[in-house]
Amino acid sequence: MEFVRNFPCISIMLCLFAGIISSGLRGRAAMWLNTALLVINTVLNAFTLVYTLASGTSYVYVMGKFPAPWGNEIRAGVLEALLALFFCIIMLLSLLGGRHKLAEEVEESKIYLYYVLTDLLLSSLLALVYTNDMFTAYVFVEINTISACGLIMIRQNGRTIEAAVRYMIMSLLGSGMLLLGLCMLYDLTGHLLMSNMKESVALIVAEGQYTLPLIVSIVLMSVGLCIKSALFPFHAWLPDAYGYSTVSSAAILSSLVSKGYIFLLIKIIYRVIGFDIYHDTRIIDVLFLFGLMGMIFGSTSAIKETDIRRMIAFSSVAQIGYIYMGFGMGTQAGMTASIFHILSHAATKSLLFIAAIGLTDVSGGSRKFIELTGSGYRNKWAGVAFTVGSLSMVGVPLFSGFISKLLFSQAAVLNHTKMLPALIVLGISTILNAIYFMKTVIRIYTPVGDTAYPSMTFRDMPVYAAVLAAFIVLNIILGISSQPVVDMIQQGLAMFS
Amino acid sequence: MGANLFTNYGEAVAMILFGIGFGNLLLQPNLIKKIIGLNIMDTAIYLFLAEKGYIAGRIAPIVTDGVQDMEAYINPIPSGLVLTGIVVSVSVSALMLSLTIRLYRRYHTLDLDEISKRLKKEDL
Repeated sequence: MEFVRNFPCISIMLCLFAGIISSGLRGRAAMWLNTALLVINTVLNAFTLVYTLASGTSYVYVMGKFPAPWGNEIRAGVLEALLALFFCIIMLLSLLGGRHKLAEEVEESKIYLYYVLTDLLLSSLLALVYTNDMFTAYVFVEINTISACGLIMIRQNGRTIEAAVRYMIMSLLGSGMLLLGLCMLYDLTGHLLMSNMKESVALIVAEGQYTLPLIVSIVLMSVGLCIKSALFPFHAWLPDAYGYSTVSSAAILSSLVSKGYIFLLIKIIYRVIGFDIYHDTRIIDVLFLFGLMGMIFGSTSAIKETDIRRMIAFSSVAQIGYIYMGFGMGTQAGMTASIFHILSHAATKSLLFIAAIGLTDVSGGSRKFIELTGSGYRNKWAGVAFTVGSLSMVGVPLFSGFISKLLFSQAAVLNHTKMLPALIVLGISTILNAIYFMKTVIRIYTPVGDTAYPSMTFRDMPVYAAVLAAFIVLNIILGISSQPVVDMIQQGLAMFS
Repeated sequence: MGANLFTNYGEAVAMILFGIGFGNLLLQPNLIKKIIGLNIMDTAIYLFLAEKGYIAGRIAPIVTDGVQDMEAYINPIPSGLVLTGIVVSVSVSALMLSLTIRLYRRYHTLDLDEISKRLKKEDL
């Protein structure tokens, strides 16, 4: 079993090498290599998860021959392995579900580039999850940004290029702030490894030195990552980037890329600064406030939208707000709820994007609500899947969204000062969610008389239907047997500190 | 406070430059000026790192005359970080410039707001 310790490193390396090899392959070969890579990575990360669960501890994997304060390290615990496993599964399903669309929307000669980019994206996500070194994290944040930008602009039209430029500008502002905060923290602590940084930060705080620089650096890193993960006032780039890119890209961007940054922030909170010191800086109150505002504004913008893809994109803004609200609670329970919501949102949002494309396909390619009337009958699989996704987002029992809302409210009740605003906004946001999602579900199940649009059955799209079924099952598993997942998250968080 | 600012004038300049670059990247409508802002911002961070990494009177940690005392040398890691950062910022600038070329060929303007306006008219 000792060999399992190498798996995180191997899975990152495999992605990088697959990216390099794919750049010399043709479209189909690159596609199969990518699928194989994702399956292998799922297996490797599942082994890592089982290993860390069985041993009950996290472990540090030294990269190269240099020991702790100097060398580079990978750290794997239950939480890291769980997220990495989940990211691989979601990415695999998203790519399979959008494959038929990719062939239509991207030039034949450029398909291989798409898979190069996804390989690199996966490597950067896994590295962000597993790394124990802040500067490595920064470098992979940039790789993540560049490959995500490529995923947006691979579908060539004016909209996507403009969206990619806007995405890049916001992302670069964020990574600039992250880098500056990181450099300041390096100057204060003299270390780049997370565990060593944490010791030094604890010493600095105990002696009461450098209070202001420490706060400035924490604020810079937090705000930088908030910008990159599209927390409410920084979300302007998001609807275009998710709304007009090809469907797999939208699913991957909304469910994985922003989550990678959020997980990095969680690691900074727990493993670099220390939860209590972070809590005392009061920046969590700011995160809490912006989270609440995002929950409301994201949903109201989604209600106003007449385009189904952009509506789902705006709903992401609201869901990111939920996650930051959980951070802002400043308790373990809030953090557990946030991490569960990362998983549940990833599973649901990619399902919604993939299902929406099936609905628009049977409506003449139009994404306007007026054309989508009755599309749930024309493409039964997509209709059912969209309904499941909507119910989960609204928070109906049986589905994963319910559990995250339950965890958020439990966390809110435990926190006396923030209970009232959190519960009120949760209530309002749930109603707003219900308005726009149920409006859409009613719309797609409103019968129309004669229609010129063709219907799709299972035989026309076996892979697509299977992917939707897998997503639905994933959602229901997260919704019904949530306790083991919550236990794993709590165990992982305990290993963090 | 004032005296500290004067002693650490390098860091102060770096922060001012970071602010200028940040503002340009955020607020300039012209794409080329945005990219210039990006480069000023990144360079400011390298200046900050270089300032922090240098200690007057010490030399780079390459042992030639047998002196192994730690006090004689500077920490090489900040310089290494600057190099890594430069590589990242070059690739990002290249990507931004190529996107700018694409947009310019399509819309014959570098003004991002103008491009957004035309996109609304096109309504894909």
